Amino acid sequence: MRVIVIGGGIIGAATARSLSRRGIDVTVLERGRNVGGTSSGGEGNLLLSDKGPGDELRLTQYSSTLWPVVDAELRDELGPAFPSVEFERKGGVVVATTAQGAQPLHDFAALQRTAGVDARPVSRDDALLLEPHLNPAITAAIHYPEDAQVQPVIMTEALIASAKLSGAQFFENEAVLAGIRSPGGELVGVRTTRGTHHADAVVVAAGPWSGDVSEALGLSLPVKPRRGMVLVTSRMPHRIFHKVYDGDYVGVVGSSNAALQTSSVIETTAAGTVLIGSSRQQIGFDTRLTVAVLRELAQKALRLFPFLSEMMVMRSYGGFRPFMPDHLPVIGPDPRLPGLWHATGHEGAGIGLSVATGAMLADLLAGAPPALDAAPFSPARASLAPFLAPFLTPFPDSRAA
Amino acid sequence: MPDVLIIGAGPAGLSAARAARRLGAAVTLLDSSDELGGQYWRHLPPSRPSERESVLHHGWATFTALRSELETDDGCTIIRGASVWAIETRDGRPGAVFAVIGEPDGAGRSQRVFEPDALVLATGAHDRTLPFPGWDLPGVFTAGAAQALAKGERVAIGSRVLVAGAGPFLLPVAASLVATGSTVIGVYEANRTKSLLAGWLPKPWQLLRAAKKGTELAGYVLNHLQHRIPYRLGVAVVRADGTDRVETVTIARVDASWAPIPGTEQTIAVDAVCVGHGFTPRLELALAAGCALGADDFVTVDEGQQTSVSSVYAAGEITGIGGVDLALAEGEIAGHVAAGGSVLDARLASALAHRRTYLAFADRIENAHGIETGWQGWLTDDTVVCRCEEVSYGDLCGAVAATGGASLRSVKLSSRAGLGICQGRVCGRTVEELLSTLSPGHSDGPGHSDGPRSAAADRVRTDRRPIAVPLRLGELAAEPG
Repeated sequence: MRVIVIGGGIIGAATARSLSRRGIDVTVLERGRNVGGTSSGGEGNLLLSDKGPGDELRLTQYSSTLWPVVDAELRDELGPAFPSVEFERKGGVVVATTAQGAQPLHDFAALQRTAGVDARPVSRDDALLLEPHLNPAITAAIHYPEDAQVQPVIMTEALIASAKLSGAQFFENEAVLAGIRSPGGELVGVRTTRGTHHADAVVVAAGPWSGDVSEALGLSLPVKPRRGMVLVTSRMPHRIFHKVYDGDYVGVVGSSNAALQTSSVIETTAAGTVLIGSSRQQIGFDTRLTVAVLRELAQKALRLFPFLSEMMVMRSYGGFRPFMPDHLPVIGPDPRLPGLWHATGHEGAGIGLSVATGAMLADLLAGAPPALDAAPFSPARASLAPFLAPFLTPFPDSRAA
Repeated sequence: MPDVLIIGAGPAGLSAARAARRLGAAVTLLDSSDELGGQYWRHLPPSRPSERESVLHHGWATFTALRSELETDDGCTIIRGASVWAIETRDGRPGAVFAVIGEPDGAGRSQRVFEPDALVLATGAHDRTLPFPGWDLPGVFTAGAAQALAKGERVAIGSRVLVAGAGPFLLPVAASLVATGSTVIGVYEANRTKSLLAGWLPKPWQLLRAAKKGTELAGYVLNHLQHRIPYRLGVAVVRADGTDRVETVTIARVDASWAPIPGTEQTIAVDAVCVGHGFTPRLELALAAGCALGADDFVTVDEGQQTSVSSVYAAGEITGIGGVDLALAEGEIAGHVAAGGSVLDARLASALAHRRTYLAFADRIENAHGIETGWQGWLTDDTVVCRCEEVSYGDLCGAVAATGGASLRSVKLSSRAGLGICQGRVCGRTVEELLSTLSPGHSDGPGHSDGPRSAAADRVRTDRRPIAVPLRLGELAAEPG
């Protein structure tokens, strides 16, 4: 079996790795450089704490079980000289800062516990033991020991290196221009800026640009970009030990409100810098700097950690997270075009969900039952149906076949 | 009349301010330092006046005239200690310019936001020094630091000083060292006679036309002769040694590519070394304002010094390293046009003529003194390449080898080269050049991941700093008053 994966980010890399480890012949096509898009524009969150019961939580829990396994496999395969992917199950601490915010946070945690999330309410004193520099004026705190962190760029490189060891081929600076269809109308390959590739299946894993790629293949996909910015401080001795954020984040994740909304996940990286972010803006692919967005990130961070006020912000960075109209990733075959598969729409959770996505797609493509029911993520799911237009090109173009 | 905001009070910015005022524009001039004059006319603070500034400065009278004219002009607001940290772009306008004002290490800096009708960027350049074993020892100075200490502090960096690197800037630095009491035991230029001749000689009449510049250089050469300083070509410092500070330097002959020639090493006792290899333009604000760069990584400007962004002008070293006279001419044109004047205005005739002359001269210098690639041959595994994060050349090689040629960003993240507090200002270009040698074909994007982008944007990735200078989180959080 031969599979083309379009996109050299973490979803494409994880998918290629899972497929090639099953002995499937994989070609990854990236229009720019690998790890040049969304995968290098975020923080590397593996969060259970921000998800309520439901399909995304189940996918996250599945991914959470895979992470330590994949981390160990990668270290084993790539050896000690390969830079660390900095996987660390450091845990999360979510706090409420207002009197009104306390009860909803506890209620949310109780709901999460019914779904198997390790969500532990802690007293203010215990919260301050976990995070001694936290503003003591908090009204509630929940400890999530399962939350973890990874260096997303190095992780993606590691997945790519591992996939290559299993035989996957990666081509950079090669953009997909169109699909190649069989006389029967199935997608059997792609035409690119450098030539043609034939395959039994084509997986679109181009993050927020997956809509463009799908259109090139003849179909629309309602994936949109959500911009996120992150602040980076200078290095300092570790004074923040978990992923810490205020409970407002929980309500913001599922929001489709285009208004500016920022939350302040604050954490220390292995190098000793503090990351603050990310913001959430639905403004298309607009890369212009907006000071107000950075200011709000800073304000929220200072509310949680007042000591940060004197710390220097060195830089900001950001990227575009892909989101679907029903806020669920899309993983599986497209019902409109045999041979076309999708793996995108992970919004701000793609790093954490990458390994589960790769494993699920590999199972589905190989015809094996996935470890987790894949139906909720199918492009054929009911909640997505209103957004899926039929063919853009009325007559499948098979001339290039 | 338009509001003209000028960032940078070196020769280009001062000249722009005067030209804009000549047309009656309301001018605001920002500079991060406490004194006007920029790096070029860096001088003692008013608390320690010197009557001998003119000895250390070329064109000191030009500077004092500009300064007094602008300082006494009510239409020109000069704001010292102003660090511009961000520019928000606006369609059809220069954008919003965010500055913090006050001592960088002081508390209670104030904040200002400017939304001018026209913006002139005159942010200049900082000097560049290529790494070599021992360059992080005390007593080893960059040419720019040595010059700043001499001009701004009257501090001699040592008694027996060796000057090395590339470019005509080595000559004024040597002159300043002599003026502050150092014995300069030699000036060593890495480029060889042939490349210098190729650079200087094809059209010598262009050199003659740059009469002022010729005089300036002639003065330095005269100074050399008077002080009997040897000036040698095709020689580079390849290492520095010492226990607590530099005690010896090793020089070696280098070939045309700057690769050291084995067997030509010579060790010289010194108590200070001063090394510089030209200049890097300070592009972060131009990039923040949305200005396009040319293939040479300098800001592209039109006949009136306007950048690719409407009402944003650039002058001085960010449009190409050309020296003080070119900066003055470009500044005058930029200020004039920014204030609504025409580039055809007869008052600009002299500035336009000067710009033509000195642009040819700048090309000449670049041809003669540009950085070649062979210098990488004098690095050892333990040579520090990124000083902020203490990343050695061996660390970089290891990161590249381990990842089998992963992306440049991955190598930077795993080695941390270029990620320190200077944000790659010192080492950025060096790290990029090393990585392109270690793993050819690298060209990934700047900090903001917005997908594939132009090759020009790729090349200047370490120059793209959305937060142009570090500021306190508390300052970022505060609403400007």
